[in-house]
Amino acid sequence: MISFQRVFKRYPNGREALAEVSFDLAAGEMAFLTGHSGAGKSTVLKLIALLERPTRGQVVVNGRNTAAVKPRAIPGFRREVGVVFQDHRLLADRPVYENVALPLIIAGVSRRETEKRVRASLDQVGLLGKETSFPLELSAGEQQRVGIARAVVSKPPVLIADEPTGNLDPDLAVEVMNLFRRLNDVGVTVLVATHDVHLIDRFRVRRLHIEQGTLVGVPDAAA
Amino acid sequence: MPRPDKGSPASRSRERRSPVAALSYWLERHAQNFVASLGKLVRQPFASALTIGVIGLGLALPAVLHLVVVNASAIAAGIEDTVQLSVYLTQPLTAEQARKVQQGIDARDDVLEAELVTPEQGLREFEQMSGFGEALRALGDNPLPYAITVRPAPRFDTPEAVATLADELKTLPEVDIVQVDTEWVQRLHAILEALGQVVWLAAILLGVGVLIIIGNTIRLDINGRREEIEVIKLVGGSNAFVRRPFLYTGVWYGLGGGALAWIIVTAAVAFLAGPVERVATLYGSGIRLQGLDTEAAGVLLAGGTVLGWLGAWAAAQYHLRRIEPRA
Repeated sequence: MISFQRVFKRYPNGREALAEVSFDLAAGEMAFLTGHSGAGKSTVLKLIALLERPTRGQVVVNGRNTAAVKPRAIPGFRREVGVVFQDHRLLADRPVYENVALPLIIAGVSRRETEKRVRASLDQVGLLGKETSFPLELSAGEQQRVGIARAVVSKPPVLIADEPTGNLDPDLAVEVMNLFRRLNDVGVTVLVATHDVHLIDRFRVRRLHIEQGTLVGVPDAAA
Repeated sequence: MPRPDKGSPASRSRERRSPVAALSYWLERHAQNFVASLGKLVRQPFASALTIGVIGLGLALPAVLHLVVVNASAIAAGIEDTVQLSVYLTQPLTAEQARKVQQGIDARDDVLEAELVTPEQGLREFEQMSGFGEALRALGDNPLPYAITVRPAPRFDTPEAVATLADELKTLPEVDIVQVDTEWVQRLHAILEALGQVVWLAAILLGVGVLIIIGNTIRLDINGRREEIEVIKLVGGSNAFVRRPFLYTGVWYGLGGGALAWIIVTAAVAFLAGPVERVATLYGSGIRLQGLDTEAAGVLLAGGTVLGWLGAWAAAQYHLRRIEPRA
């Protein structure tokens, strides 16, 4: 589902973020991407969401080689990849419903179907009934769950998350991680970048540890 | 290697849309943007009013110039009706002979009126008009001949009929020169034509100005909504999707500006109608000030709308490409 082959990434400012990274994440698999800040976790996620392109090597997501995706096709490509951010990036001037519905509106889903799916998605993250609230009226944990609802509402086969628990206290963090687990249980391929080692020790999930742009200890596979 | 995606949640969600459904989606999107962008302008009335005000003034100026040309042309057309010929008689000629020629011309069917101008009258007029009176007096004798001012009958005031009349008058033995006084009318027409070009020039320059104003307003709008644009692009929104609300905002600005320009011009015409009518009455003319007709009003509104769309499109095209999401 996600495949990196000898990926080397150097940014225009000369910084080399990834030295040579190769890994495969099968469909329906879940993994944690760990490492210190600056180790290259974000770069891996950016390459998957096609926010960046590799300098060398291949990134294949959902059967599509990102190098072959033309700029015009990027929006369509991104609709197949759900993204969750540390700062959740919700639109503060729109209610929860509209925030979650955004990917469906973009994809041209009918109004009735949109309504149904937004409710299903909010139900999944335990926020049914908060449709008309505005993001700032919610707690940090709730905001993050709205972000997750938005990422999965169009049922993308791939879900990536960048430090989704970074701003949450431990209890909420566990709750959010459990949410990713449940999504993975229904077949979504999930890759979560985090540096919270204590948190992920509680989950028996494959780990990809990255250090100075190189994967180390990849074989330490899933349970 | 990626595996075939068997029964993943995504493959279930990618249902195909029929052309009808796609069209109805497209229409719904546009209708929604149409209304939403208007709502956004209404929610910030001061900023919107300023922008629309500037656009309205920019569009009103060429429209006013257009009306100046239209009204001047109407006045010129009124003057054109009073064509006259100046017939200069040979010298020497007695007053009696000149009088007979004048009566002969006056009796013609195609002549409304023929008026005799004696050399003395001619000299006085010439003195008043040119200020060369001193020079003429220095000559001693009055060098001017008898002249007859001829106004054709109403049915014979077409250029061809006037030419025929002039030719026939020229055959009279006492007639030296026949002058058809249309030259100044031609000059007036040339001036009006030049003014018409000025209208176009002003319309083009101010149109470019309106484009720049709208483009800049949309640019600020885009920068103010950077965050939102990034998020939309992150979740798979195309450039067209992101651009659409800005295009509609531009259309509203342009349409509003066009409507305001129409109001400004119409108000100006109403304001000036009274005074102009008084002047016209004083000159014994029934000319009334013309306002914008339906066609001109349509051009104003459509022009504003097109300029709004173009300005917004250019700004969106240029600036939206520069906003790419950061993760």
